[in-house]
Amino acid sequence: MTTKTQPDIMDRLEINTDIARKMLTGFIRDQIEKVGMKRAVMGLSGGIDSALSAYLSAEALGPENVLVVRMPYKTSSSASLDDAGLVIEALGLPSLDVPITDMADPLIDRFPDMSNLRKGNIMARLRMVTLYDQSVAWGGLVMGTSNKTEFLLGYSTIYGDSGVALQPIADLYKAQVRQLSKAMGIPQPIIDKAPSADLWEGQTDEGELGFTYNDVDQLLFLLVDERYTVDEVVEEGFDRAFVEKVWKRVKANHYKRTMPNIAKLSRRTIGHDFLYLRDWVGR
Amino acid sequence: MRVNIGLAQIYPKLGDVKANLAKHLDYIQRADQMGVDLLIFPELSLTGYQVQDLVPEVAIHSNRDDETFRTLLDASQNMDLVFGFVHEDKRQRFYIASAYLSKGEVVHIHHKIYLPTYAMFDEGRYFDHGEQARAFDTRFGRVGMLICEDFWHMSPAYLLWMDGADLMIFSSSSPSRGLDSGDRLSGSRWVELVNQAYGSMFTNYVIHCNRVGYEDGKNFWGGSSVVNPDGDFLTHGLYFDEALITQTIDLNEVHRTRSRLPLLRDERPEMVQRELARILRRNEE
Repeated sequence: MTTKTQPDIMDRLEINTDIARKMLTGFIRDQIEKVGMKRAVMGLSGGIDSALSAYLSAEALGPENVLVVRMPYKTSSSASLDDAGLVIEALGLPSLDVPITDMADPLIDRFPDMSNLRKGNIMARLRMVTLYDQSVAWGGLVMGTSNKTEFLLGYSTIYGDSGVALQPIADLYKAQVRQLSKAMGIPQPIIDKAPSADLWEGQTDEGELGFTYNDVDQLLFLLVDERYTVDEVVEEGFDRAFVEKVWKRVKANHYKRTMPNIAKLSRRTIGHDFLYLRDWVGR
Repeated sequence: MRVNIGLAQIYPKLGDVKANLAKHLDYIQRADQMGVDLLIFPELSLTGYQVQDLVPEVAIHSNRDDETFRTLLDASQNMDLVFGFVHEDKRQRFYIASAYLSKGEVVHIHHKIYLPTYAMFDEGRYFDHGEQARAFDTRFGRVGMLICEDFWHMSPAYLLWMDGADLMIFSSSSPSRGLDSGDRLSGSRWVELVNQAYGSMFTNYVIHCNRVGYEDGKNFWGGSSVVNPDGDFLTHGLYFDEALITQTIDLNEVHRTRSRLPLLRDERPEMVQRELARILRRNEE
C-alpha cells in the first residue's frame, strides 16, 4: 500500500504560509464583498479542513461574521463535536447545532439494506441543505472546506460537501493544509488526529482510501502540478499499481469537479461559448 | 534630469470602464498632488483582465470622439500617462493596448505582440496581436513600452533597446502562481529576475506596473517596481495591495552607467541581423 517515501517531494510541497494566508484571506473577503455580503456560513466537523477554513474566514471577515454549524448524525463521534467546540471557543465564533438524524433517518429507514456509501451521501447532502438554508437566514455565502487531495481523488459527495459558494483551500494538498493549520495556531489535537469523514465508528480516510495522505500528496503533486506521466512517477519509485489506481480515481471523478455538460444546439451556448467569468458582475 | 515616476498599482473592476475611469482620475489627482511627472497604470487597467466575451463592450477607439479616451487625454495636460485598454480599430479588430499620453496628445500606442494562449491564459481567442516594437520620443527621452507576455520574450525588449529606448515601461496583469516555500511566489521571482536582467543588460531603467486584486480564483500580485541601469531595484516588493508608488529616477544615471559599461556601444545589431537572416533562411530549407 505504501510507496517509497520521498523526502525531497515532501520538501517541495512546503509552502510559504504567510503568502498563502494573505492570498486566501484576501480571496474570501473579495468573493464575499463581490456579491454584496460580509458574512459566511460553514459546517464545522471537528476535522482539520473545516477548522482551517474557519480560521481563514474569521481572519478575513472577522469572527463575528462567520457562522459555524455543527451537524452531527447519531453515529458521529462526540470527540468530533468537542474538537469543533475547540475552534468555536478559540475564535469566538457564532455557532449553531443542527443534528441531522431526524432529517436523515426517514429516508435511510425506507431502504433497510442501504450501504454506508448511500448513507454518507445523504448526510453530506443534508448538511448542504442545512447550510444553504442558513445562508439565507444568516445572510452569508456557504464556505467550502475541500482540500486539493480529496477534490482530485473525488473523495467527496457531489452536491454534498462540494455544494458551496467558494473554495478557499481546494488548491492546498493535505500536507499543505496541515502546514498552514499549524502556522495559524489551530488546536493541536485537531492537527494530530487521523482524518475521518466520521460516518461510522472508527472510520478513517486513509483506511477507506487504502493509502496514506503523505504518499498520495507526493504522487498527485508530481502528476498534477509537475505534469509527470504515469511512467515517469513509476521511475521516481512509486508503485505502479498504486499510481494507476490513484490516476484512475482522479479521472473517474472529474465529473465532480466540473459543471454538467450542456447539449449544444444553438450558436451560443452556456458552458461552451457564452464566456464570462463567475465574477462577471461584482464589487 | 530627474523624473518622478508614479506606479498606479490598482485593482480594476472587471468590465466596468466607467468605474475604472473614475479610479484612474482619482489616482491621477493624487499623483498630481505628489508631483508625479509620469504615471503608469497596469495592463488593461480600464477593463480588468479576463474580459472574454465582454471584449466588444469594453473596447474603445483611440481618439477624442471616444469619451473615455478624451477624458484621459485631457487628464494628461500636466502629467504624462500610460494606461491599458482594449483598443478597437476601424475594422473591428481588438488589441490589448497601452497608450502613452502627454499634454493632451497621443504620443504612442503599443499593441501587445505576444498573446499567451496556454495553461490559464486565453488571450489569442479574443485579441489580435500587435506587429510592432517601436520606441518613441517623450519629454523624458526615448521610451519603449511592452505588455506582460511581450517581456517574457527577450526579442521585443532588445528591439526597443536598439530603437533607442532608455526607459522601458512594462505593464502587466500577472496572475499569482507557484506558491512554494520561497519568500515570493515563483511567478513573481521570475518577473523580478527578468526585469533586473533587462536593466543590467540594457543599462536602462525598467519600470514595471502590475495590477492587484482577484478575478474568479486568480489573484494578481502587484509588486510594481523600478530597476536602475545597474540592475538594482529602486523600489519593489509591495505585493497584493492597491498602492500609488512613487520613485524619482535620475536619467543621467543611464549615461554614467554606460560610461563604465559600454554594452550598448559594443552591441552589434548588424551581426544579429545577418546571422538571424542566415538562421531563418536555413530553417526555410
